[in-house]
Amino acid sequence: MFNGPTQYASDVDSIMFFIIAVSVGFLVIVTVAMIYFIFRYNKKRHPQARDVKESAILEVVWIAIPTILVLFMFYFGLQSFYGIREIPADASNIKVIGRMWQFSYAYPNGKKSDTLFLAKGKNYKLDLITTDVNHSFFIPAYRIKEDLSAGKTNYMVLKPAETGEFDIACSEYCGLNHSKMYSKLIVLEENQYNEWLNQGINKNTDSTKTTNAAEKK
Amino acid sequence: MNKSADASNYVSYLDYKGKHTGIWAWLLSTDHKRIGLMYLMGIIVFFTAGMTLGALLKTEMLTAGRTIMDPQTYNAVFTLHGIIMIFLVIIPGIPAAFGNFFLPIMIGAKDVSFPRLNLLSFWLYIIGGVLALSSLFLQGGPIDVGWSFYVPYAIRTNSNVSLALFAAFILGFSSILTGLNFVTTVHRLRAPGMTFFKMPLFIWALYSTAWIQVIATPVVGITIVLVILERMFGIGIFDPALGGDPILFQHLFWIYSHPAVYIMILPAMGVVSEIIPTFTKREIFGYKAIAYSSLSIAFIGYFVWAHHMFTSGMSDIARAVFSLFTFLVAIPSGVKVFNWVATMYKGSIDAKVPFLFVAMFIVLFSIGGLTGLVLGNLATDIHVHGTYFVVAHFHYVMFGGTVMILFAALHYWFPKMFGKMYNEKIAKFALVFIFIGFNTMYFTMFILGYQGMPRRYWDYLPEFHNLQFISAIGAFIMVTGFLILIFNLLHGLLKGPKAEQNPWGGVTLEWTVPSPPTIENFDEIPVIEHGPYHIYKEGQIK
Repeated sequence: MFNGPTQYASDVDSIMFFIIAVSVGFLVIVTVAMIYFIFRYNKKRHPQARDVKESAILEVVWIAIPTILVLFMFYFGLQSFYGIREIPADASNIKVIGRMWQFSYAYPNGKKSDTLFLAKGKNYKLDLITTDVNHSFFIPAYRIKEDLSAGKTNYMVLKPAETGEFDIACSEYCGLNHSKMYSKLIVLEENQYNEWLNQGINKNTDSTKTTNAAEKK
Repeated sequence: MNKSADASNYVSYLDYKGKHTGIWAWLLSTDHKRIGLMYLMGIIVFFTAGMTLGALLKTEMLTAGRTIMDPQTYNAVFTLHGIIMIFLVIIPGIPAAFGNFFLPIMIGAKDVSFPRLNLLSFWLYIIGGVLALSSLFLQGGPIDVGWSFYVPYAIRTNSNVSLALFAAFILGFSSILTGLNFVTTVHRLRAPGMTFFKMPLFIWALYSTAWIQVIATPVVGITIVLVILERMFGIGIFDPALGGDPILFQHLFWIYSHPAVYIMILPAMGVVSEIIPTFTKREIFGYKAIAYSSLSIAFIGYFVWAHHMFTSGMSDIARAVFSLFTFLVAIPSGVKVFNWVATMYKGSIDAKVPFLFVAMFIVLFSIGGLTGLVLGNLATDIHVHGTYFVVAHFHYVMFGGTVMILFAALHYWFPKMFGKMYNEKIAKFALVFIFIGFNTMYFTMFILGYQGMPRRYWDYLPEFHNLQFISAIGAFIMVTGFLILIFNLLHGLLKGPKAEQNPWGGVTLEWTVPSPPTIENFDEIPVIEHGPYHIYKEGQIK
């Protein structure tokens, strides 16, 4: 129903839609009933309150229906979430390193960058490490985040389905420039990606120079 | 004891002359009503301070980048806003102000069990409040860690974290002692004939809350002491650089702070269960269902804390278990809402100001509760965790829930507490402002959060500008509403007409004593034969 940049993002949007639809239903029932009662049983129209017998059936009904609905919500969420916790066998490992207040990335072949580059259609496992306080690695368009907890390594699995540029934000408060701790994810076609990945690796010294020059600008 | 109910002997607690005079007659008073009133003043002052800080945050969000303050100031302001609103307004809020004032009267007692301890609690509250605020002016600068004090940042920042933690520690004791006092009072001082099941529902709510205060607050006290030890002596408990575990801190913090949410909301639910019968002239529908749902909320509420930590790297099984319990805790709250609305069916509804605040509460609290489903769901929570969505959700529950009911209680019991009446038309006007401002401000934050706007951000991306701007405008509308509300009450206090003993036709014991009550509440301790709402069953009240 929804078209996100990953299959998982579309799933999250569908679950969100389901929860919101149910919620709006309940909210409308409660609000409309209340407003109707306030007018219909107003003191002027209805001067004498009537005693209403308590109804066990009614109580059971309005416990049972919400319980069934929330169990469905729980199940959908769990199923979808477990899907992104399984590490695919062919996933490449990339290290995400957070420090106050920037992210940097280390690729399996030794390459490093300040922008996360990934190839479309490939599986990735990101290892999340912080060198100081807690941060959180959040890709809003992918509907995904995981904390960089001090003293341990968390992970996140993803599979980009579209090329493009996406924002990465820190979403765990980490001090002065927390709100500046943005980074970018750039998804390339596989051949472009491989070209980028191997660029500078063979002639290592040159690439360090160019990165340094780029940073100075 | 003065046995005559003679009008000429009537001296209200406000005019009573005791051992001390002037300001000391208040500051050293052990009268539960005077202490309750002083708490109420303190809470309103701190709320105004917290709201001003909140308005400053929203002003900063009018534009991206710097509007009125730099990031360090912004971080300190949102931290103080959180600390003031949580520890000085919402947690003491209804129990300390209205609980102190009305608990003894509603169970037919002259005072709480330990009046001096009660005064000590009040002083601890004031000392804690002053310490928390003084970090603003001392060397090191105002704290910038957020009200949740997450380590390792709270260990490493140079700001006055130890002082603020010490303040929270003292406030915790104020809370524990009040809880102890209330539990003892309910057990020992009920009027003859008032069994537990003949107590008003507000007393039930205060009683349950008092137990949570006594049981859960020490956990946060110990956690605070551990953080202070770690900061001062470098003992490795939470900071991994010293060999500690930061996740342990999060667990300990939320083991208290999630049940604390029920310390905040249960008394409000108790007030709702008083106001609805008074203005519908009906016994609360599903008294037992409401009572059992309170118990299940309090019980299941202890097993949901780690939903605050879904992204912190817990095991996947732990995430599943806490997600399931979080969904289940939503059910009893839903049951309460259904029963409250059902109570209005075939009632005789007099939609006065306190009732309208309750009606507004039901809408706002429902939105807050239902968006909680999004946060209990693992897939959607991972996305909105740590964003404006969460901020909007807990403001709907805590502000739209607890604080709106604090306003409702203020308008409900105002004539009893002061013997004066406010202007009802202006109060309704203020209510409309607050409702419109509230939704404009916080509903936009749900959308911002889902679009990926992280919380505690001094700056934002250009695409968020329009909604941020609308949200800030909503905040200004709401502040206007609050100012109208307070000025109306102050005007009522000084110039308002005299209030009757029972202006709403309430049936609980506080409406059987004069407005304002005498120093000892009752000339003669009443003997209770029926539960308070029994009278509606017999159709004796028109």
